Amino acid sequence: MSKRDLKLKIDELSSALGTFKGLEIEVGRIFEEDWEEPMGPTPLPGVGTLREWDRKLLDRYKPFYMPFCDLCCLCTFGKCDLTGDKRGACGLTMAGQQSRIVLLACCIGASTHCAHARHMLDHLIEEFGRDAPIEVAINTNVEAPHMRLVCGMRPKTLRDLEDALDYVETQLVQLVATAHTGQEGDNIDFESKAFHAGMLDHVAMEVADIEQIATLGMPKGVADAPMTQIGFGSIDTSKAVIMCIGHNVLPSVDIIDYLMDHDLFGEIEVGGLCCTAHDNSRYDKRAKVIGPISWQLRFIRSGIPDLVVVDEQCLRTDILIEAKMIGVPVIATSEKSMLGLPNRTHDDPDEIVADLVEGRVPGVLIIEPRKVGEVAVKTVLKIAPNRKGNKILSHEEVSKLAEKCRNCMECIRACPNNLPIMDAVHAAARGDFEPLGSLYPLCVGCGRCESACPEGFPLITFFNKGAEKRILDEKFAMRVGRGAVTDVEIREVGRAIVFGEIPGIVALVGCANYPAGGSDVALIAEEFLKRRFIVVATGCAAMDLAMKRDEDGLNLYEKYPGYFDAGGLVNIGSCVSNAHITGAAIKIANIFAKRPLRGNYEEIADYVYNRVGAVGVAWGAMSQKAASIASGCWRLGIPVVVGPHGAKYRRNLLGRKEKEEDWMTYDARTGEEVYVGPAPEHLFYAAETVEEAMVMIAKLSMRPNDTTKGRAVKLSHYIDLHQRLYGSIPDDLHLYVRGGADIPFTMKDEILKALDEAGWVDGKIAQLDPTLLERMVRRRD
Amino acid sequence: MSVKMTPGQTAEIAGPKKAFVIPKPEVVASMIKRAKRPLLVVGSKADEIRTKDGDLIDSAIRMSKGGKVTVVATGHLVGEFRKRGKENTYSSQLMNLGDRLRDPDWEGFDGEGTYDLVVFAGSIYYMEWLIQSGLKNFAQGLSTISLAQSYQPNASWSLGTMPSEQWKEVIDKIVTMVEEGA
Repeated sequence: MSKRDLKLKIDELSSALGTFKGLEIEVGRIFEEDWEEPMGPTPLPGVGTLREWDRKLLDRYKPFYMPFCDLCCLCTFGKCDLTGDKRGACGLTMAGQQSRIVLLACCIGASTHCAHARHMLDHLIEEFGRDAPIEVAINTNVEAPHMRLVCGMRPKTLRDLEDALDYVETQLVQLVATAHTGQEGDNIDFESKAFHAGMLDHVAMEVADIEQIATLGMPKGVADAPMTQIGFGSIDTSKAVIMCIGHNVLPSVDIIDYLMDHDLFGEIEVGGLCCTAHDNSRYDKRAKVIGPISWQLRFIRSGIPDLVVVDEQCLRTDILIEAKMIGVPVIATSEKSMLGLPNRTHDDPDEIVADLVEGRVPGVLIIEPRKVGEVAVKTVLKIAPNRKGNKILSHEEVSKLAEKCRNCMECIRACPNNLPIMDAVHAAARGDFEPLGSLYPLCVGCGRCESACPEGFPLITFFNKGAEKRILDEKFAMRVGRGAVTDVEIREVGRAIVFGEIPGIVALVGCANYPAGGSDVALIAEEFLKRRFIVVATGCAAMDLAMKRDEDGLNLYEKYPGYFDAGGLVNIGSCVSNAHITGAAIKIANIFAKRPLRGNYEEIADYVYNRVGAVGVAWGAMSQKAASIASGCWRLGIPVVVGPHGAKYRRNLLGRKEKEEDWMTYDARTGEEVYVGPAPEHLFYAAETVEEAMVMIAKLSMRPNDTTKGRAVKLSHYIDLHQRLYGSIPDDLHLYVRGGADIPFTMKDEILKALDEAGWVDGKIAQLDPTLLERMVRRRD
Repeated sequence: MSVKMTPGQTAEIAGPKKAFVIPKPEVVASMIKRAKRPLLVVGSKADEIRTKDGDLIDSAIRMSKGGKVTVVATGHLVGEFRKRGKENTYSSQLMNLGDRLRDPDWEGFDGEGTYDLVVFAGSIYYMEWLIQSGLKNFAQGLSTISLAQSYQPNASWSLGTMPSEQWKEVIDKIVTMVEEGA
């Protein structure tokens, strides 16, 4: 849509004004306007542009802060005690400080995705040129809903993606500046800025995924994307094993290319952890997925890898030490994570290989992906044969070490989930490894127990030893990430979603910091798949839900189809693919409801909030990226549920369902403000148990726009889950049943009794054409 | 009663304002007795925590028999109370409860007004830590007590960290005294 750097040089020009010699005209950018959709009110919004919309949401969903620290130590006036109603030297309150930290977390997350997108884009432009076309998905015209909505641009080539990233980068600098001492002071304005960071993050993620889909041949929105394998057992240990960790696929792509070019896939196994693994498998399904990011220590300690290649994000910063313990070198490939290694980018590949193989260096930094491919393959082929058989502790060695336990319990206190590690160690000392094995699926792999242990026990290795047999059996099918939801799919399901007949979209996203293992993610997914919700997944969650089989030996990817429709399980892809999930919600507003997208954020968010029953679930949310992804959902009006560790993001955004005045909405047909009930009740919510989360997910799928049939379907799921998991009918049905037609037929008598006891009034809750935006009112009485 | 101010998780160190350590069980019983509207919050781990009564749910049910304490179960735990015959147990998500407790105008579960003393037992350690941090900072008129086996620094008052058997004894004494209205 735009062209940069137009230069016009004229040796001599004669005109009415005179004669000019050596005239040069330079134009930075020319916009070719070939998009007939008129520009909306908020293209390229600044930090304060959408403040009023944010405040509407934040007025309903007030932050409940749970400070992780009562101090501020960001300037030299400090430390300042902010407890209670105290203020810091700059005047900031505790609420201000907490919201400031939330903003910073969201800025870090969004910057990380943006930097990832920029790094890939620069490289892909070098490889494919600025004019490389963008084709994101089959049967799709709305190729980039976030860019259209936020930036008001319709990208056609890689060049256009640069414009979107220019905007995001500029805004992120503005946002970080507001967190400086003596800038913003109001917590709600900080929260609005965090929303802004989240919105920017979804633009950046969209850029990142579009550019790799368009140029690297990844699946383009197909429901039947290929199956790959996931788990320790999927790795063929008879081959040399390269372990790729991180979130940037470029170095791994060149490893795979080198293997293909030299016909070496038969000799080398490429296994990945986290989103690099997702994207490797999207590039070539022969690339294996070992597991989520939390398995780094676990997999290295297995002794299986012969070479570790790291790119960026969520890496263990002590990876070099860990790799050294099993005698394998590390290749770092990103300036964001150089690990103190010598930069060998410009050296001869064979010299680098020799240094790594001979152990003269523990690792190297190579910024050029193509050279990474060559060096990695040549190195692993030489290293692997010499490493076999010398990798892990024996049972006897573990038992002997375990006898030295001091009973100090520091391992338990250091464990995020207070797992009974010490008892398991005592059992191992007696030769019983079962308790250690039982901790394996519950362990989040952080290694804090090891750091705390005064004897320096390698406890992650102990858990591996206890689960040795289970580990070898860990081999599951996983449908590779299919990328965007297509326009045709949106056209087919848009009506059913908006009217509530498909009860909702559950997006299982995020990291692997689970309170009780990854199987809870599969539990949630299957519960809602059976209930004919659409379940979409990305990142570590998309991996963890693969790792549970039923009695027939099938996992969820084998049991449920990959289409975006009721009962479909859609692996969208890596972290940056999250933009396609929110993008699908945006596309429902545009494709089904014909709402204009271009620079029209408020109207679309208002539509999504009131009509699209989507719920984000980040059961193991850990990172700042997860915070900014969630924040982008909040601004779009999509509620997010996190697991108990998610409470550590320091605040929830909670509605007060009993306060009728909080749930007033305009009827767009009349302009009247009416009560619509607390739907959805919360915008950001940390659940204590998986059972609580499932009931809340069903409840949060309700929207004011639900038809009576749709509301009845949604209520039936909410009531059924509540009865099963809480042992009773919900006590707040009177806030969600608008009229008799909303009541699910099969439970009518019981519900009517509950409604009667709660003083329910038929018709008190309005059914309307809902909007929070006064300007969307079409007619006034 | 020996007391240790060692948090249950290594890094969960609060401050500058930290919980007073409860020196003996009688203090808890006395605080509950003096409170106008005490609330006992029973967290989702309660059915996994052994006490002399069986588990913490059994202890909570016995504690409520004196009629002084309102009981609310968080997570999805209310079903377990009902199975054991305690039908009048309230249910609330922990986050919702924290949000309401910071509101002095909240009408409480029974419409009679908010609570002046909140006693926590059986919650996930770090969630209790966080909720009490929220209440310490944003509900300053509210007193909170933690009955966790490990010290909870963000409560107003907390039991000290102690071994399991000693903790069971302490809980038994508190429950008995509250049950008997002592």
